[in-house]
Amino acid sequence: MMKASSGFFRSISIAAAALAASTLLTGCERPPIDSVQHGFRGTGMVQVYNPRLLIPETHKNVVPDPIPAVPSDGPRARDAYKNVQVLGDVSVAEFTRLMVAISQWVAPNEQCTYCHAPGEDFSSDSMYTKVVARRMIQMTQAINTRWTAHVAQTGVTCYTCHRGNHNPAEVWFKSAPQVQATRGLLGNDAGQNRASPNVGLSSLPYDALREYLSSNPQEIRNNGATALPTGNRSSIKQAEFTYSLMMHMSDGLGVNCTYCHNTQNFAKWDGAPPQRVTAWHGIRMAREINTGYIEPLTPVFPAGRLGPTGDVAKVNCATCHQGAYKPLYGVSMLRDYPQLGRVGTAPAATTAAAGGARR
Amino acid sequence: MAYYQNIFTQVQPTGPASHGVPLGKGNSPRTGEPLIVHLLGRIGNAQIGPIYLGGLGLASLICGLFAFWIIGFNMLASVNWDPIQFVRQLFWLALEPPPPSYGLSLPPLNEGGWWMMAGFFLTVSLLLWWARMYTRARALGMGTHVAWAFAAAIWLYLVLGFIRPLLMGSWGEAVPFGIFPHLDWTAAFSLRYGNLFYNPFHALSIAFLYGSALLFAMHGATILAVTRFGGEREIEQIVDRGTASERAALFWRWTMGFNATMESIHRWAWWFAVLCPLTGGIGILLTGTVVDNWYLWAVKHGVAPMYPAVFPAVVDPATLIQGVK
Repeated sequence: MMKASSGFFRSISIAAAALAASTLLTGCERPPIDSVQHGFRGTGMVQVYNPRLLIPETHKNVVPDPIPAVPSDGPRARDAYKNVQVLGDVSVAEFTRLMVAISQWVAPNEQCTYCHAPGEDFSSDSMYTKVVARRMIQMTQAINTRWTAHVAQTGVTCYTCHRGNHNPAEVWFKSAPQVQATRGLLGNDAGQNRASPNVGLSSLPYDALREYLSSNPQEIRNNGATALPTGNRSSIKQAEFTYSLMMHMSDGLGVNCTYCHNTQNFAKWDGAPPQRVTAWHGIRMAREINTGYIEPLTPVFPAGRLGPTGDVAKVNCATCHQGAYKPLYGVSMLRDYPQLGRVGTAPAATTAAAGGARR
Repeated sequence: MAYYQNIFTQVQPTGPASHGVPLGKGNSPRTGEPLIVHLLGRIGNAQIGPIYLGGLGLASLICGLFAFWIIGFNMLASVNWDPIQFVRQLFWLALEPPPPSYGLSLPPLNEGGWWMMAGFFLTVSLLLWWARMYTRARALGMGTHVAWAFAAAIWLYLVLGFIRPLLMGSWGEAVPFGIFPHLDWTAAFSLRYGNLFYNPFHALSIAFLYGSALLFAMHGATILAVTRFGGEREIEQIVDRGTASERAALFWRWTMGFNATMESIHRWAWWFAVLCPLTGGIGILLTGTVVDNWYLWAVKHGVAPMYPAVFPAVVDPATLIQGVK
């Protein structure tokens, strides 16, 4: 009797334990998990990867075959075509090759007609997409010539962000203000505490990018420079905003905190991986792209392309990186399209750009 | 052997339900007819009730429910009264303290006012419950060890939500009421103050936390292991050591050279558990008020080790570009 009873309760308890374990495990990522050392041994300086989840990522980062090179001599584009404002000094052959490449990178279905209205002369600026495309070429040239601290000699092309889409897959808008029930008497979420993909599904401030990647950026750093308090008034809430930006970067690059930071102290530069310097320039680059190139184009876009507060789709780290530590795993497409790496016309909104680069 | 390895209680003595000792003047009557539940008897005592509510318990429950409702309805309102989103995002939702700009002044209801109200009711509820534990222990003629252990936890709660924000001059320094939000707050707290792992009181708190678990496992295992010799009568054996006590003591002397006694193991366990929130509270209280960057503090006092350089030297780019911060 005793034996039967204990056997029954043993099976009940095993079943209950199995049910509890399987319920808890549904929240977990299925193994294998690879841990790759990235720093001095024993200090927790590791990158964590799941090879099974990296396979689809590699498919997303395949570079299209370049169009065969063409002669760079012969007549210049500005002499052969009308209204060539940016790429006037390249050869006609190179110009045509670049136009074909851009149409494949950005509008593979519509081709030329995505920017050039059918029936009109190619020189017409009647379509907003062409106005935007011209500015984007200037932006690409500026990134490749002035931001080598971030993009090095690898550089970027239209494909880095667009990948065959009209709009890059990863962009950000300012969030609409929270819908507050009961005349705003209660339920203020204080700009956080939603399961927001902007911050890697954490409960951190979901609209932090507007504080850092646009005009009038907030201070990112909040650690004091001395052991004892000497006037650093940075609050924990400010730390949460910084944390949000960092969650975005981690998510956008598919890396852990320790890709850029040492585990002793995240603020300490001494002993930090050199990637942190690249990332520092990247934050400033994203700011300048938004304030100097993207945001001034807001009136050009039709209302349907704008965000909930009427702002234009802006870039963040994920716009180029798309989950990879280097966009397209560091393959340089710029090498095949050097016209995008020349000094183009200086950006029109230089004052906004200078403001964005300050902090 | 299975008898000793089972997680469930193997023996359930049943008899007439116990109504408890007679209560003196000034006590409320107990409520509820005792109930015997066999399944509960598998993990503890099979008898449920009677419950002693009393004035303190009733007041504590009412204050606690106020706090619960204020937090819950603010969470529900934050998802625009959508019950599905409330359930889906429950772990993400929170009631946030006021923004730091309000300092220690009274903020509007929807900008931290509800948080202050919920905090007030929760604090009153906890203190009343503490008083109830104290008086109930006294009513049974017991010592008040449980109440003082609970007070240690209340100390940590008060440091986090009241004393430290007061010293910092901002209610915005306090913890939000929410599941994930309070965890993210904790991580942000450590990041803001230069890595809390270099805070020695945080280190002590962790040592007492893990130490409590270790002592609990060692003690539980020892008593179960000598149950066949009557080891479960451990309190009697403080003064009257039987063969169970002697065998348990000998086992630990053989394996680690030293043993606790039937008395001292309980003192060890109580102090380890109580020191966990006590030292943790001290560590939180010093953070921001006395120490601003625990990593730099640890460097200053030779605590933080220096590791060999594995990366090329990195310099803060903000120091290289004139006028850029």
